[in-house]
Amino acid sequence: MESTKVLDAKGLACPMPIVKTKKAMNDLASGEVLEIHATDKGAKNDLAAWAKSGGHELVKHEEDGDVLKFWIKKA
Amino acid sequence: MTVKAMNSSEVTKKVFNKEKLFVFDVRNESDFADWKIEGEYFQYLNIPYFELLDGVEDILDQIPTDMDVLVVCAKEGSSVMVAEMLSEAGRDVAYLEGGMKSWSEHLEPVKVGDLKDGGELYQFVRIGKGCLSYMAISDGEAAIVDATRMTDIFLDFAASKNAEIKHVFDTHLHADHISGGRKIAEKTGAAYWLPPKDATEVTFEYNALEGGNDVTIGGTTINIHSLYSPGHTIGSTSFVVDEKYLLSGDILFIDSIGRPDLAGLAEDWVGDLRETLYKRYRELSDELVVLPAHFMIIDELNEDGSVGEKLGTLFAKNHGLNIQDENEFRKIVTENLPPQPNAYQEIRETNMGKANPDIEKQREMEIGPNRCAVR
Repeated sequence: MESTKVLDAKGLACPMPIVKTKKAMNDLASGEVLEIHATDKGAKNDLAAWAKSGGHELVKHEEDGDVLKFWIKKA
Repeated sequence: MTVKAMNSSEVTKKVFNKEKLFVFDVRNESDFADWKIEGEYFQYLNIPYFELLDGVEDILDQIPTDMDVLVVCAKEGSSVMVAEMLSEAGRDVAYLEGGMKSWSEHLEPVKVGDLKDGGELYQFVRIGKGCLSYMAISDGEAAIVDATRMTDIFLDFAASKNAEIKHVFDTHLHADHISGGRKIAEKTGAAYWLPPKDATEVTFEYNALEGGNDVTIGGTTINIHSLYSPGHTIGSTSFVVDEKYLLSGDILFIDSIGRPDLAGLAEDWVGDLRETLYKRYRELSDELVVLPAHFMIIDELNEDGSVGEKLGTLFAKNHGLNIQDENEFRKIVTENLPPQPNAYQEIRETNMGKANPDIEKQREMEIGPNRCAVR
């Protein structure tokens, strides 16, 4: 999956993965994809819900060992 | 304005004392819908923290100023953030220390009664998850029934009463929470008892708990008599303590009865459940005080926070004990059941000793309500 930017949120506890995701998304243009790496298990449901409420598209989600990876396309 | 931490014990007191509290839950909507802090006079608002990153101005008018406000999230971090934002906006609020994770693990000991010759019986109310454990103490010795995995609480409590833990029982193989029974037995040298019919796949040594077993603690004063009462599981066993209390495990609750499906054998066990509730239990004294292993709703708590009711009263009032038609009973306990407890298969395997998840994983497996009953 092509991503415009990668955000490393590993080791960060809630709410930081989403706070950082939101900031990083601000720098992207519509249609660009942010790739996020996180280790906080809560990030899974929260990122999906956050993306939905902002109209962004959670394109893909993967688990690589303890690392949760997300690809979100900006609305 | 300052941001205060409120701990689970303080929130539990508010539940027991039927106080008001405004619970501002900032977890996502599905987590809130699944499971939340319950109190009779609690009011709720759920807005996920990630909707509030730009500020709380827009929602200030939804936060009351005439009652205590508690901001709640899964593990504390987000609730601190939101509480600080509210504080900067001039509101006096608290956050829940440790979040729902701590709420799920909090146990509140409540004395349920005196036993013969100075003995005492305590109920440990796991308020967030609805699990109930018991400790009978007599003359320097203690027995524990259905301990949760927060074993230090039981060990410290027994120590504070100068009692040595001699026996640890599980009424059945639990599917909603991880038992602390085996760990307590290992730490104290106590005997660990489990019904053999529930233990066919366990990977450890245990004492076979069968109907008719009698155990005494404190010399010969307190008698704990086991009563085979299958239905929730095939091995489910109840206890009559001091000829006064009926520890009913997950067979009979205050306002509901045990569900027979959590090991995948509802059709096989429904007849056992019927027999236990409509025959075996009916032969017992109406005066026995039923002390179950769970509560489902906050209305089941007594004034002092304990959960218990006379067997005779339950025969009159509990709907599950008053379904005369056997086919109707069968339908109610096997069809349209509520969702199963979170990770119930993994929890059963952990309690059998087949799986050994780390503490973080154990916490995650136990998230949510117990869901062991059918109404």
